Amino acid sequence: MILAARNFKPEIRNFIGIKGFWLSAFVISVFFYIEGKGLFPKWMFSLPRKWQWPIKDYVSDFMIWLTEDASFGFFTFKEMTRGLAGLLEWPLSFATSLLSSGFLEGQGSQAVQVLPSLSWISVVTVVIAMGYYARDWKLAALVGGCFLYLAVFGQWDSAMITLASIAIAVPFGVAAGLLVGIAGYRWPAFERSISPLLDLMQTVPVFAYLVPILFLFGFGPVAAMIATVIYSMPPMIRISIMSLKGVPSEILDFGNMAGCTKRQLMWKVLVPSAMPGLMVGVNQVIMLSLNMVIIASMIGAGGLGYDVLSSLRRLDLGGGLEAGIAIVVLAIALDRLSQAFSQRGSPTYHESKGSFVQNHPWLTTVAIVTAGTFVLGMFVPSIQSYPESLEIGIGESLAEAVKWINITFFDALESYKTVVLVYFMVPVKLVLLKMPWAWSIFLLSVLSWQLGGIRLVLLTLCLSLFIVVTGMWEKAMITVYLCGVSVVIATLFGVPLGILAAENERLGRIVQVIIDTLQTLPSFVYLIPVVMLFRVGDFSAMVAVVLYAIAPAVRYAVHGIRQIPPALIEAGITSGCTKRQLLWKIKLPLALPEILLGLNQTIMLALSMLVITALVGTRDLGQEVYIALTKADTGRGIVAGLAIAFIAIIADRMIAAGSAKARKRLGLG
Amino acid sequence: MASSVKLACKGVWKIFGHNAESFLKTHNNAPGSEDLKSAGLIGGVRDANIEIYSGEIFVIMGLSGSGKSTLVRCLSRLIEPTGGEILLEGQDLLKASDKEMIEIRRHKMGMVFQNFALLPHLTVLGNVAFPLEVQGVPLKKREAQARSVIELVGLKGRENNFPRELSGGQQQRVGIARSLAVEPELWFLDEPFSALDPLIRREMQDEFIRLQNVLNKTIVFITHDFDEAIRLADRIAIMKDGKIIQIGTPAELVMNPATDYVAEFTRHIPRAKVLTAGLVKESFNELVQTAGNIQLNAVIADIADKVEQSSKPFAVVDAEGKPVGLISRKRVLDVLVGREVTA
Repeated sequence: MILAARNFKPEIRNFIGIKGFWLSAFVISVFFYIEGKGLFPKWMFSLPRKWQWPIKDYVSDFMIWLTEDASFGFFTFKEMTRGLAGLLEWPLSFATSLLSSGFLEGQGSQAVQVLPSLSWISVVTVVIAMGYYARDWKLAALVGGCFLYLAVFGQWDSAMITLASIAIAVPFGVAAGLLVGIAGYRWPAFERSISPLLDLMQTVPVFAYLVPILFLFGFGPVAAMIATVIYSMPPMIRISIMSLKGVPSEILDFGNMAGCTKRQLMWKVLVPSAMPGLMVGVNQVIMLSLNMVIIASMIGAGGLGYDVLSSLRRLDLGGGLEAGIAIVVLAIALDRLSQAFSQRGSPTYHESKGSFVQNHPWLTTVAIVTAGTFVLGMFVPSIQSYPESLEIGIGESLAEAVKWINITFFDALESYKTVVLVYFMVPVKLVLLKMPWAWSIFLLSVLSWQLGGIRLVLLTLCLSLFIVVTGMWEKAMITVYLCGVSVVIATLFGVPLGILAAENERLGRIVQVIIDTLQTLPSFVYLIPVVMLFRVGDFSAMVAVVLYAIAPAVRYAVHGIRQIPPALIEAGITSGCTKRQLLWKIKLPLALPEILLGLNQTIMLALSMLVITALVGTRDLGQEVYIALTKADTGRGIVAGLAIAFIAIIADRMIAAGSAKARKRLGLG
Repeated sequence: MASSVKLACKGVWKIFGHNAESFLKTHNNAPGSEDLKSAGLIGGVRDANIEIYSGEIFVIMGLSGSGKSTLVRCLSRLIEPTGGEILLEGQDLLKASDKEMIEIRRHKMGMVFQNFALLPHLTVLGNVAFPLEVQGVPLKKREAQARSVIELVGLKGRENNFPRELSGGQQQRVGIARSLAVEPELWFLDEPFSALDPLIRREMQDEFIRLQNVLNKTIVFITHDFDEAIRLADRIAIMKDGKIIQIGTPAELVMNPATDYVAEFTRHIPRAKVLTAGLVKESFNELVQTAGNIQLNAVIADIADKVEQSSKPFAVVDAEGKPVGLISRKRVLDVLVGREVTA
């Protein structure tokens, strides 16, 4: 007993120490909150300009030097970017001609169409054939239906422009990602050196990519496509390295024993064996490209994204909603189709019977339909492009519906909005803004020391001081506030929903489908209904972020509950736990590490969405990036983008440390 | 054995860990277990010395973690040994350049893997023709050659199937066919039948014996199954903790196990199937009347019925028919019930 007591004591003392510290920290914080800005000098809250470190000017100067003076001897940097743009322009204009505008000769209004584009009938036939080839009739019907929707509801032209960008961006993204991935697989040192870069690329908000690209490549579809390729590459690199490493060592041994050269080993043995994994990467590239092509409408990618953007700017809600639904439809079709291709697995043997036509019925059908509609389309315009008279415009009725909702539910919506704003959002914002930065950073450091030790403290210190010295602290606090509020709400709704879904098979399936669909939608789409119902402002931004970021909270909660070994639950039941006790005392503690991982993902998604909500009038770092984008101010955009990435990295590392601690305590390794 | 040495390894070491090479040098190529442990290194293969003769089945047997897979990968240089020499017909493989090694593997070596290692995106025909494809053999020729090996392993009619459409046994037949497609002189089999269920395993062992009777390759066969080793081997090397403990014919291991560890394996082996008449014969006595002749290398299990039914002993004769010993009913019984027998 004495021994036990002695062992116990320091722990208690430690506990009181920690508690005491946070209690006094709370008191000091309250003091700052009440007295704060009056009592202390202004520099404690935002650093005056003359003390700031003008990194953004350095970056801007560097970019100007790069475009005006930099030279590689034989050619200048400017010539290189021009050349690259030219290289990409050709395939892109080919794809656009093929799918949308037709092949033209001449410039501007004098252009004469030499060849028409693919007819809508043949495009629909192609996707139906692909759907059937990839899986079955059901998928063929789904993707065929999606594309028919685009034709019937008058979104065909924009959708085909978007599709053309994707059709060119995806092969580039996949090829580049695969090549870098192979290099990373071959040279571990290279992998180690690109790994932090990939981390950064995946946390820097999408807008921040656009700024330097806008600066280097100008405004237009090619610049948008370059942004798309760069944005969609990192996951492909990661997945390539992972899939190549996952090839069984025996297959590698076999390749060597067969006497493969290094190149043969890579292209004939490793890459084909890693194919199922690589196809998952392709699916990711497609979905990310779609997301980016929509966002890149800001730097000149036309298509559906541009329709949404211009409708939002005109406050034409019906038109925005129409284009938004078209994006959703296109996203679902592309996702299901590419997923089916990645799940097809290795081929099976088919008895070949007779001629080429009999062996390839689909290829033949597609060829006949394409050729047939091409010829007929010259005489019958409605075969070439879907007749406008049969299009169903739902824009106006949608606008009416929105108006009706707004009128009927105005009081209810407005009161929800006010309550949340006044009692939750505004206080949080004030607290964060009223703390001196030194005090906030100190508390953050203590927290990281408790979670992860000295290395984590150094990391958080460096990254948060960067935000201070670049003069971004106040805006960063607004970002933290919006992100934090959204994450709290997403968690409050998402985790219980996940737990319910894990307990109830049927609900689980429904939730799964909804979550899957939510995750395939480009982030842009979320803005549309939010703006319609709540107009612009912090509240709308928060709702959009919650909608976008709730998926991982639900998903990880479901997984966390489901992965608990059944024996532990049986042990609980046999000890006589009630259902409630079972949940609180066994399931939740064991699912905690997973739920924390979900929280981490939620924060990452929230930050990436937050930047996009700059369009609905926030005043955070995202707005800073957006302004930089409209002014093509590279330095400003990159510094603000880095600040957001640093917030993400700090949150990620702290939660990862916390999750690891929880796992260790549970003995989950 | 009269035939020539095909593959020899001399003082081969494979040490895993940091600075293994300099560690081996500073310990005069003979570090002990304690040295390895204190340096934090792991001895995967420790001082392996083997000579494998042309046309023999040489089995390397050991439990998991004994280093047998590491050793066979050193022999084929899939793993770079830390020290020693590996001589294929007198040429040191460890001194061969990458290019030379590719040539040697393309033309002289074939290997079969435990989990088949078939390429999932190629048909049976494509898999078997693959080693020829990487050599640059033209399509028609390599497919013809592949078809003939596929027929040899009994998979005719399955050429256009993909690996995942075949059973485990069939998949390993593809693996075997593929390793034979280049007509290698040296055939490595790394636990080829371990992933198969027992009935199929037995069938595949019979198949393997049949193939070897036709092909007469030099074979290095890895297994963790002592019964399998006894059944297939001309000679067996037993490994433990990276060291080779004993090398000998199955009968030698059964009769004279070098350590308790080896004895533990041999204890449960049906000795009648291993021991030959020559090993258990009594000295020849011209005065004794014999019932007939028995070849020196006849296995006891095969002659037991004949000897037991006769009251007189049989004469054991060598290849020229010259009597060299006797074998009586009691002697056969001794072997069958497991009593000590000494020649």
